[in-house]
Amino acid sequence: MSDASIQTTIRHGEAEFGDYFALLKPRVMTLVVFTAFVGLLAAPVAIHPFIGFCAILFIAVGGGASGALNMWWDADIDAVMRRTAKRPIPAGKVTGDEALAIGVALSAFSIIFLGLATNWLAAGLLAFTIFFYVVIYTMWLKRLTPQNIVIGGAAGAFPPMIGWAAATGDISVASVLMFCLTFMWTPPHFWALALFVRMDYDNATVPMLTVTHGRRSTRVHILVYTVLLAILAIGTGFTAIGGPIYLAVALVLNALFLKGAWDIYRRNEEMAEADNFAVEKKFFKLSLLYLFAHFGAILIEAGIDRLGVFA
Amino acid sequence: MSLSRQHELHKRRAGRNKGVGIVLAALIAIVFGLTVVKVSSDNFTMQSANEVNNGN
Repeated sequence: MSDASIQTTIRHGEAEFGDYFALLKPRVMTLVVFTAFVGLLAAPVAIHPFIGFCAILFIAVGGGASGALNMWWDADIDAVMRRTAKRPIPAGKVTGDEALAIGVALSAFSIIFLGLATNWLAAGLLAFTIFFYVVIYTMWLKRLTPQNIVIGGAAGAFPPMIGWAAATGDISVASVLMFCLTFMWTPPHFWALALFVRMDYDNATVPMLTVTHGRRSTRVHILVYTVLLAILAIGTGFTAIGGPIYLAVALVLNALFLKGAWDIYRRNEEMAEADNFAVEKKFFKLSLLYLFAHFGAILIEAGIDRLGVFA
Repeated sequence: MSLSRQHELHKRRAGRNKGVGIVLAALIAIVFGLTVVKVSSDNFTMQSANEVNNGN
């Protein structure tokens, strides 16, 4: 074989390691890791630090695997949306088949290893989460109904429940409340995003609420869900995972979040376009802080309980 | 057209191989660590020779 027969151009699929890592949606993974970590530490059962570390790692890998399967299935719509066009598959760095193989392999790995390291309830919940995100949300609902975000949000809400189950081996009111917190937070978070990236979803023909029911209706939906979320978030302060610090954080952030939702509700498209959706973008940024601060406060309350500071 | 030593293709493959190597080393460390923790936990019990022979 002569040198001339060796291919010297970069083939499709000659990806760097970082391209494969990008398939796992690292930014989404931070949310998964953090909420699972809080669920694990808020549980009233002590877990060996190394097993706890492994549990979080396997939950993160499972979340990443579902991200890879999501990118495999959604490569066609990712290619037409500006926000997602640079993802590894539409950018031509990784092939769809590679993403599928990585997604399936990491799913199986994470479920089996979480089961072996902790218990099979936690592993079952992780398996259900991957199934829910990939099959129920990505393959079925995302392109079918404008309620895609509401129902699909459940997949992102499972990690604290899995963390809790990894430590205790069961499901409790507290872990369901943490699930509900993320579940109710997801719709206003994504609908605010949909308001200022409208053209993307239009081009991809994804039936976002903004596309199917109009932007006025989306603003109403954001307000209604934010009110329901505020009731849930503040109510959680009076349960076993709440406490004075959580309640203080919840009161401040929910007041700000309600104000943001009210401002979005009062605006029309002319006002939004005049300041380039400043209020909607501010609400979206606040929503990120909102979730991290609530779970951070739950973590602090769990630490206080362990140390017996207020005992 | 010949392949130079510093071709982009080599860099990508080298980076990928390094990444896979690190992942495999981490996997070995995790399995080893988990085994040590599980075996040294209070709940861990070995089957006696009689139990093994009786098929329990």
